[in-house]
Amino acid sequence: MQKAQTLTPRRGGLERQRARIALWLLVPTLLAIALVAGYPLFNTIYLSFTDANLGSPEAPRGVGLSNYWTPDGLGILQDPAWWNSVVNTLKFTVSSVVLEFLLGLGIALVINSKFPGRGLMRAAILVPWAIPTVVSAQMWKWMYNDQFGVINDLLFRLNLIDAPINWIANPDLALWSIVAVDVWKTTPFVALLLLAGLQAIPSDIYEAADVDGASRFTQFWRLTLPLLVPTILVTLIFRTLDALRVFDVVYVMNGYAETSISMSAYARQQLIDFQALGAGSAVSVLIFLVIMIFTVFYVTSLRVRFD
Amino acid sequence: MKALKALGILTVTALIGQAAAVQVSISCGAVGAELEFCKKAADEWAKKTGNTVRIVQTPNDTNDRLALYQQNLSAKSSDIDVYQLDVIWPGLLGQHFVDLKGKIPQSEINAHFEAIIKNNTVNGKLIAMPWFTDAGLLYYRKDLLEKYGYKNPPTTWAQLSQMATKIQAGERKNNRNFQGYVFQGKSYEGLTCNALEWIYSYGGGTIVDSSGKVTINNPRAVQALKDAASWIGKTAPRGVTTYAEEEARGLFQAGNAAFMRNWPYAWGLAQGDDSKIKDKIGVAPLPKGSGAQGRHAATLGGWQLGVSIYSKNQKEAIDLVRYLTSAAVQKDRAINGSYNPTIKALYRDKDVTTAVPFMGDLYDVFTSAVARPSGPTKGKYNQVSSAFYGAVYNVLSGRSQPEAALKSLETNLNRIKGRGW
Amino acid sequence: MSTSPSVPPHQPAARRRTKPGKLIGNLLFWLVVIIILFYVLFPFYWAIVTSLKLPSQLFDTPVAYWPERPTLGNYAQVFTGQPFSRNLINSLVVAVGTVVISLLLAMLSAYALGRFRFRGKSMLMYIILAVSMFPQIAVLGGLYTLIRGFGLYNTWWGLMFSYLIFTLPFTVWVMTSFVRDIPAELEEAALVDGATPLQTLFKVLLPVMMPSLVTTGLLAFITAWNEFLFALTFTADNTARTVPVAISLFSGASQFELPWAAIMAASVVVTVPLIVLVLIFQRNIVSGLTAGAVKG
Repeated sequence: MQKAQTLTPRRGGLERQRARIALWLLVPTLLAIALVAGYPLFNTIYLSFTDANLGSPEAPRGVGLSNYWTPDGLGILQDPAWWNSVVNTLKFTVSSVVLEFLLGLGIALVINSKFPGRGLMRAAILVPWAIPTVVSAQMWKWMYNDQFGVINDLLFRLNLIDAPINWIANPDLALWSIVAVDVWKTTPFVALLLLAGLQAIPSDIYEAADVDGASRFTQFWRLTLPLLVPTILVTLIFRTLDALRVFDVVYVMNGYAETSISMSAYARQQLIDFQALGAGSAVSVLIFLVIMIFTVFYVTSLRVRFD
Repeated sequence: MKALKALGILTVTALIGQAAAVQVSISCGAVGAELEFCKKAADEWAKKTGNTVRIVQTPNDTNDRLALYQQNLSAKSSDIDVYQLDVIWPGLLGQHFVDLKGKIPQSEINAHFEAIIKNNTVNGKLIAMPWFTDAGLLYYRKDLLEKYGYKNPPTTWAQLSQMATKIQAGERKNNRNFQGYVFQGKSYEGLTCNALEWIYSYGGGTIVDSSGKVTINNPRAVQALKDAASWIGKTAPRGVTTYAEEEARGLFQAGNAAFMRNWPYAWGLAQGDDSKIKDKIGVAPLPKGSGAQGRHAATLGGWQLGVSIYSKNQKEAIDLVRYLTSAAVQKDRAINGSYNPTIKALYRDKDVTTAVPFMGDLYDVFTSAVARPSGPTKGKYNQVSSAFYGAVYNVLSGRSQPEAALKSLETNLNRIKGRGW
Repeated sequence: MSTSPSVPPHQPAARRRTKPGKLIGNLLFWLVVIIILFYVLFPFYWAIVTSLKLPSQLFDTPVAYWPERPTLGNYAQVFTGQPFSRNLINSLVVAVGTVVISLLLAMLSAYALGRFRFRGKSMLMYIILAVSMFPQIAVLGGLYTLIRGFGLYNTWWGLMFSYLIFTLPFTVWVMTSFVRDIPAELEEAALVDGATPLQTLFKVLLPVMMPSLVTTGLLAFITAWNEFLFALTFTADNTARTVPVAISLFSGASQFELPWAAIMAASVVVTVPLIVLVLIFQRNIVSGLTAGAVKG
């Protein structure tokens, strides 16, 4: 390689050579992504137009759109159970994201103030985040137990209830009980992101506001929140996309029960439990479309910059 | 005992041809006692025949086991020669298994329960031999029945409700958590077993009949679900809709319930040394439904052994199946592991009935056990079951009324059936 | 990440408060802190307490908030009655393997994306970002058939391979933002000395990238260690079954037993190493999480 005094981009030959090197550096990653994401996605889309079945050794046959919709009502889009899972997922997403945001903001504001033991507090809220979702689901399932669970016991001791509540069995409570687990597990993550945003706000603007005699509340409302908006947006979108594809917490807490089944759980039930690779792939494609629409919205609305 | 074993060994040795030694692989129990028993008997067979046996570890969970089996079978893999099959799988996996009719003497086949043999027969092929059976049983507290002046366990669901109400009211005075009746009400396969028992005991059929027609939407079935739903929050805890086998057993074994529906396995544990109710329990057939068509009903559970058509050692594999399902081995498993035999004669065997009393008393329960409709619905049984327990769950948890639930279940099942099972 | 604290809302410097008001404010503040800590830590405390009770004590009512005769029997049962040590090894191998593969590939890509100019770079970054948003379920069917076709079902390789779908985009994305912050002089000096790009990367940039490697590696490790859906679908038995799946399928000695005490013991065993890791590296983790999200 020639001696280059500088790396100014106007040296065409070098520029082209650098671009070629960059491409070679990228090849392994691109291959891997094509293999684990590109091909399976393509395959899933293809399978969704066939009658593929895991149980039968025969090659799948094309069935057009009938996994999605048929004149005699056998398609996924005509299955009330699918729409039930969509409604559950939307309820779960909206409520968990809103709660996590409000609680997370509160916790972030608390940690952002100086008090003894602040470092410990920050460490403590990382605990739920580090615990595997499956483990937290099992822990809460045990706490929710109607006869021997600690939650009912606490409520008994506080004289708040006189008969045990069946958190997961009660159709009106099942989904909210699962939301509570997700909130417990994920609020710390939200709090950390918001905390980083808070700490990036220069402190001198508060000093100026103090001099002007603005009340604490006004300062929060007029200064902190507007400056935090980009962080809030990113956090909300990340969480929304995560919540839309929720699977483990729902599955471990309540299996495929109708009261709480999510879109992803419904898809897995079709794919694996019912062996209906075709119909299950159709469900997967639908979920993919929903999430991609959100993602495109995210990338364009935030105008993510790369340089 | 020794004599019987020797006899078994003799007959088996006589049966075995002069084939060269091969390795036969078998997939059976995943954990604990189940695995130990399988290993023990398989090793005996290996010693007798000079062949070797390899035990393939399988997951405990039925769904996972099924996934593994299906992967193996659809890949036509010869890794596993002998498969342990759930009673609801023959329709699903039958195409991959050897027809044992003619390969095992008819007299030996006839020694097993007819219902199970019928269940294991797909398109006229006997694809697996029964190994052990399960049926739903009613467990009750002898001491409490006596305390409240009852001589016998209930014979109808209405009686069960009355007794449970009375005992519960009395026991609640000093135990806030006492429940009249617990069963498996969680939204899963176990609820299918429970609800099939209710509906069948009222004469409401088996969800889908043997010809593949959806029969669930009938007045007897509606009545059965109405009565079952009326227990919730009265004699059964509201939380029963989250209970699987273990949750029910935990409550019963802690002395907090008068009655429980469960499988035979609970006997050994409830009679264990750390059990609060040791020697205070009795086992009876599940109650009858109301009306002229009322009868006792117990859902058929249990496991079979079949030989894969992709096996390279079919002859030896069939021989292993024949040995494992033989009277001698089943007897040993019944006495030492309380696995219910599938051979009729063993229920009259003194050694067995002494070790596990209810096996003798409840012979009729096991012979008349009702099969889930896995035969007629073939590969779609999982979907049928899931739709069924989902609908029953909705009724139990008060989300829907029995009439409406069964009507929409009928529609749904016909949707799943599509253009044929 | 800036560590300059913003002006705390509760500093004594807040001069416009009367004394009793301030006292009540402080009390309220500490009450909030205590409530938060209780909410965050109690479930974990409860898992530990449960895991120290005898299985029969679990069904005692009223509930005991402290194990009267703490026992380690459940921990022993987890390791003797179950193939749990095998599950731990599986998890460790799969998570470490996934991290190593992801970091190797991501290092090369991050160098290219953070240090080189070429056409289509933005497009590439968009694609990588989009893949990191992929719902796992969207590729489940396709991956399942692919993994079965390659004979990777129920193997470590199958899991490592499938985990790349979420670790790789994430590590590339975060490391690119780190590489971009490395001063250009370092690389230029190496190039002037006539080093090839790969030499530059491994000899010059790698030492500087170490902190970012630790951070992204750790986050990828935690993600892989906690993953459930693929592990549930692509394993059949304990040959490759990872810890989360084992915990969700925990069984007693017979087909229907569900021992909560043992489940909690296993949960504690799995969680403690993670918590230790998180506490040691909390700064790295926080900076990694925020680099991935906020710097976008």
